[in-house]
Amino acid sequence: MANTAEFRTCPDTGLQFHRPAETLMKLNAVAGVVFLLLGGVLALLLGLTRWPKYHLLGAEPFYMFLTAHGINVLIFWIIFFEIAVLYFTSSTLLKCRLATPRWAWLGFILMVVGSVTTNVAVFQGNSSVMMTSYVPMSAEPAFYLGLILFAVGALIGCFVFLGTLVIARAERTYGDGSIPLVTFGALTACIIAIFTIASGAIILIPTLLWKLGLVSHIDPLMYRVIWWAFGHSSQQINVAAHIAVWYAIAAVVFGAKPLSEKVSRMAFLLYILFLQLASAHHILVDPGVSSEWKIFNTSYAMYLAVMASMIHGLTVPGAIEAAQRKRGFNKGLFEWLRKAPWSNPSFSGMFLSLLIFGFLGGISGVVMGTEQINIIIHNTLYVPGHFHATVVGGTTLAFMALTYWLVPVLFRRDIVLPKLASWQPYLFGIGMTGFSLFMMGAGTLGIPRRHWDISFSGALLNHQFPETAYLLLGLVGISTILAVLGGGLFVLQIVASILFGKRRGEVKSAVPIIAAPVADGLKGIGIGGVAVPGTLVLALVFLISFVLYYFVNWKYLSQVWGLS
Amino acid sequence: MSLTPPSERLWWKEPIERVELLWVGLALLWALIMFVMMPYWHIYGKQNLSNEAYRTTPEQFSKKVDAMVEKYTVRKETARGYPVVAPPAGSDVYLLGRLWEWYPILELEKGKKYRLHLSSMDWQHGFSLQPENINVQVIPGYEMVITVTPNKTGEFAIVCNEYCGINHHQMLGRIYVK
Ligand code: HEM
Ligand SMILES: [Cu+2]
Ligand SMILES: [Cu+2]
Repeated sequence: MANTAEFRTCPDTGLQFHRPAETLMKLNAVAGVVFLLLGGVLALLLGLTRWPKYHLLGAEPFYMFLTAHGINVLIFWIIFFEIAVLYFTSSTLLKCRLATPRWAWLGFILMVVGSVTTNVAVFQGNSSVMMTSYVPMSAEPAFYLGLILFAVGALIGCFVFLGTLVIARAERTYGDGSIPLVTFGALTACIIAIFTIASGAIILIPTLLWKLGLVSHIDPLMYRVIWWAFGHSSQQINVAAHIAVWYAIAAVVFGAKPLSEKVSRMAFLLYILFLQLASAHHILVDPGVSSEWKIFNTSYAMYLAVMASMIHGLTVPGAIEAAQRKRGFNKGLFEWLRKAPWSNPSFSGMFLSLLIFGFLGGISGVVMGTEQINIIIHNTLYVPGHFHATVVGGTTLAFMALTYWLVPVLFRRDIVLPKLASWQPYLFGIGMTGFSLFMMGAGTLGIPRRHWDISFSGALLNHQFPETAYLLLGLVGISTILAVLGGGLFVLQIVASILFGKRRGEVKSAVPIIAAPVADGLKGIGIGGVAVPGTLVLALVFLISFVLYYFVNWKYLSQVWGLS
Repeated sequence: MSLTPPSERLWWKEPIERVELLWVGLALLWALIMFVMMPYWHIYGKQNLSNEAYRTTPEQFSKKVDAMVEKYTVRKETARGYPVVAPPAGSDVYLLGRLWEWYPILELEKGKKYRLHLSSMDWQHGFSLQPENINVQVIPGYEMVITVTPNKTGEFAIVCNEYCGINHHQMLGRIYVK
């Protein structure tokens, strides 16, 4: 270790923090939360506009705020937080100094400057182009410039992470075995991020030049293909990152060990190998793209990335079940789950994230990513319904859950109002579940996404959507309020805890915040030789729901006009 | 635990837990079934988008639209006097999207096939046939051809479901099926 004065050992967890890394983790996480707050305020206004009864905003602010919402939460909140996760999983978990803190600072500053620049461009009003900024519609140059700066900053963060891994290996800071599973997951996210950011650069830089008049034409179809190579793989970063967070929380709350390292690591590896390059499932109903390519690219002949997520969906709760059973909760199928710490927001947030991501986000995503089924779903409200289940109910909730644990460890402060904190994941999770489900429902009835007025005021022609769709949109509105309350509560609590939470001091506190690791092996637990029967039952329920829902959609498809 | 290096240094030599093995097998099987469904539907299903598409320009495409309107208009509707066009079964039918309308109104017959050509005159638009909920991306510079066979009669709306600027919500079209 280079210089021991630069390290702090957390008395509660025994984790060693490299001080420059610690500062950067804090800054990145806080910056992320600021953008989450901004995006959340906008979310409330958008949700109340899509509620036909209130129809709050005018068309212009609606599209402006929709652009801002997508960018602030999907890009800025999530990526700032992921950079903090990268530094934690490299420097802290490997007990290693952060490689080149100066570069990490530069990356952070570029990300801040970039995100502010893009926000200024959007709120000035001439860049309401949605986060996808499909050409030939165009935004102000500052819109693209900000995104490019942000991406360069994030790329620097990725290389700092990789550099730290290299140093840790060279200096053998974590022994001479393999890196921890959580770090391996983060490495997966990082590798995908590098590919993603490269695609982003390939498409955004020419678009900026086009806007500045230096390039004469950008083909709109080519734009979509490359933009989605960036847009889709960035979602794979989120998945890898939040699954790493699930494993981390299973470890700190239960001392859980993966059922087998081999399977969990292989599943992460599949994400890299079967990442859909130039992701086709966003262009399934575009002209000029062949079916062979669409089918191959969405599945690589066997959907191995989907299989990888299904594997994590089993191994994460499986690890928890095994740990609980070893602790003595070995009765019946579900004692381990009933006796889980449901009032610990780190656990409840993580488990809700697992359920919402799997059952809602995962199933809907694969179904609508099927070449032909996409015809009855593309660009309807079903799409935001799906991705709020993945990226909000899944990623955001997992990150929130981790934050409850990080505040005492990183900031050495207690969470204020712990009772309220134990409610927060439920409020947010249930709100988001309703929001996603009702949006998907409205989408199946044809309600378009990114649409200010489904009563088409001022149009020459007309169309009346069914009453049920209006009912569903009302329920979307109510769920919006629940979810925004839940999200607001989170931000409030984290900010209050960081500023005013009781200081934990530098002595070990009476209440432990990290569980001791459980013993190795799976001997003597479970039922009839099956070590994790409860998880197996849950997984089978999942598979049956998946199969039924998948074929129901083929049935719906078979009833519409013939197309060939 | 997952936060520390694996306790078994040679972790890749550990046996795999049985439940995991079973699940990997089931997941793989399901993944393969889902893959096979897509080619299967191309052969036996009745709803597949063709891969027929051409490069075009707004001028070229609107010429074809105008020629069709000239030949097959049966009446005019709305204050703007939109032509209602009833092209013969089996023929090429042209529909354009532009800020902020779908043009012209079409009148088709149930159970008959039509080669529907779609393109945009300006920005990207989303052809969303309601209440069928058939959705196709419409991109300037590209002409997509889909053979449609209406299987119900009635009045259908074409909503735009790709954001196309401030009056996106006013962009509607209509198809009658007799
Ligand atoms: C309280 C939580 C939230 C609520 C109530 C909410 C609500 C909404 C609404 C109403 C829309 C507009 C849908 C449409 O008209 O097409 C939307 C779009 C979107 N939201 Fe959220 N949202 C929330 C949180 C988030 C978070 C945390 C993320 C990302 C991590 C996110 C990502 C997006 C994206 C990417 C879009 C699409 C923007 C576009 O179409 O360009 N949302 N959200
Ligand atoms: Cu995608
Ligand atoms: Cu539109």
